[in-house]
Amino acid sequence: MALTNEYIQQRLTEKFGAGLSALEEPYGLLTFTAAKELNLKILQFLFDDEELQFQFLTDLTAVHYPDKKGAELAVVYHLHSLKNNIRLRFKIYTDINDPKVFTATKLYACANWMERETYDFFGVEFVGHPNLKRILNVEEMDYFPLRKEYPLEDQTRIDKDDDMFGRGPDNLIER
Amino acid sequence: MEEQAVQEHHTRLSQNSVEKETTTLNLGPTHPATHGVFQNILEMDGERVVKAESTVGYIHRAFEKIAERRPFYQVTPLTDRLNYCSAPINNTGWLMTVEKLLGIHIPKRVDYMRIIIMELARISDHLICNSVVGVDSGAYSGFLYVMQYRELIYEIYEEICGSRLTTNIGRVGGFERNFNETVFRKIDKFLKEYPKVLKEFEKLFNRNRIFIDRTVGCGPISAERALNYGFTGPNLRAAGVDYDVRVAQPYSSYEDITFSVPVGSTGDSYDRFLVRNEEMWQSMSIIRQALDLMKKEPDDIFHADAPHYYLPKKKDVYTKMEQLIWHFKIVMGETDIPPGEVYHSVEGANGELGFYLISDGGRAAYRLHFRRPCFIYYQAYPELIQGALLSDAVICMSSLNLIAGEMDA
Repeated sequence: MALTNEYIQQRLTEKFGAGLSALEEPYGLLTFTAAKELNLKILQFLFDDEELQFQFLTDLTAVHYPDKKGAELAVVYHLHSLKNNIRLRFKIYTDINDPKVFTATKLYACANWMERETYDFFGVEFVGHPNLKRILNVEEMDYFPLRKEYPLEDQTRIDKDDDMFGRGPDNLIER
Repeated sequence: MEEQAVQEHHTRLSQNSVEKETTTLNLGPTHPATHGVFQNILEMDGERVVKAESTVGYIHRAFEKIAERRPFYQVTPLTDRLNYCSAPINNTGWLMTVEKLLGIHIPKRVDYMRIIIMELARISDHLICNSVVGVDSGAYSGFLYVMQYRELIYEIYEEICGSRLTTNIGRVGGFERNFNETVFRKIDKFLKEYPKVLKEFEKLFNRNRIFIDRTVGCGPISAERALNYGFTGPNLRAAGVDYDVRVAQPYSSYEDITFSVPVGSTGDSYDRFLVRNEEMWQSMSIIRQALDLMKKEPDDIFHADAPHYYLPKKKDVYTKMEQLIWHFKIVMGETDIPPGEVYHSVEGANGELGFYLISDGGRAAYRLHFRRPCFIYYQAYPELIQGALLSDAVICMSSLNLIAGEMDA
């Protein structure tokens, strides 16, 4: 019997109940948000469960939402159950002033560099990571470049502030 | 007195001493044997690697950040520069991600055209990787031999999109122009000539005693470790796991095509080599099937009906109001994108290439993350070469098909 999103959702809610929220299926991919301190427990449960067997960490990254006060950074996990050929995605949100999240390196060897990359660009501190240092950027860098407060282009340029092209203050491209 | 001074600088071990001294050796970042910008700080005990530390990021270009300020069609050239040995796969993967987000329905013929260019790209990638394994083990002629046939593939790209290495092939919704007669002629030429060459290439290597001695047991990995390290693509299949995105989650109408997924057993350099060779044969069969399937479709369709995102014909832009508006909006990047969150992955030449795209309803991606396969599996490199000879470490690296551009994004 092929696993369905409903069944996975049911198993997860049985186990974690109130810890999960925002369960949806955008483009058919089961997505949910979990409480920050539950991330390892969820990963472990999904890994060990004999039916689910989500034993492949496809991707781990972060997203910065500056407007969500107290939950600015989202860490996103993409998991894949190769046995059942089904994927899922879950997110945990953390305060940008206290961006401490448990590391998944004990469970997945591949999480090592993925977490280093996430730390490098967003400053998420993975508690328990064996070697949490910058990976793609220079080690002397003192900021986290993929955060939204660092605009890509020079903001003093005036040739780009042109209302004629729909880039007025009401509909700025940058966010 | 003099002897004492010498001893201070060079510790001389007695004949049967178990005490060992290790040397630090910098392999890379611009070493000719690494084929790209890779640095490994190796701790060597004589010729053996005791410990390795990989440093990456030498050609990091912040593509994810740049993509947050660019309209979608301007992100395609960025994806060229990930795995530049098979740029069409990256382009198409990215375009399909966008189409998934926008909900554009792609005609079957476009799907088959995409399959053809993606499989050509896979062949060109695999032939480079495999022949470079040969170069590193001392067999240069195979490399020069197949390189000619990469040229034929590049000529096909050239005919389709005008460029060779960084192709920027395709547009959101399809292709910029239809395949012309020359394209089909060149594909036929390639399909006719390459099998003979590949057969000869296999003859040179597969049962070659020296090659087998150099690659068997070099950098092996078990299926379990490979999965834990996030291996995908030929490297994972060489370890015995038959995971292929084209089969597991078919995209671009791969479900219409019959092909087999070759697997290895030991996950060593030799198995990786064999898996890639067999995949080239499979790719050629896929291209033939796709060509046949294409014939059943109306031959003037090369893009989807998506006026919001696909550039209208230049002739219409000059004569029709509607088309002029779309043209302007697309070129200026003024089309709003529906909010959404999508993950789409394709079977890249070296593994699962994923695109995680978040749109908040603006005109560019809110966040775009590339799942770059070799960034993820390169972590296993120190484990693979522990205890190996330095020259084996070099072969192991080239057999992993690492592309610095993709790793550093």
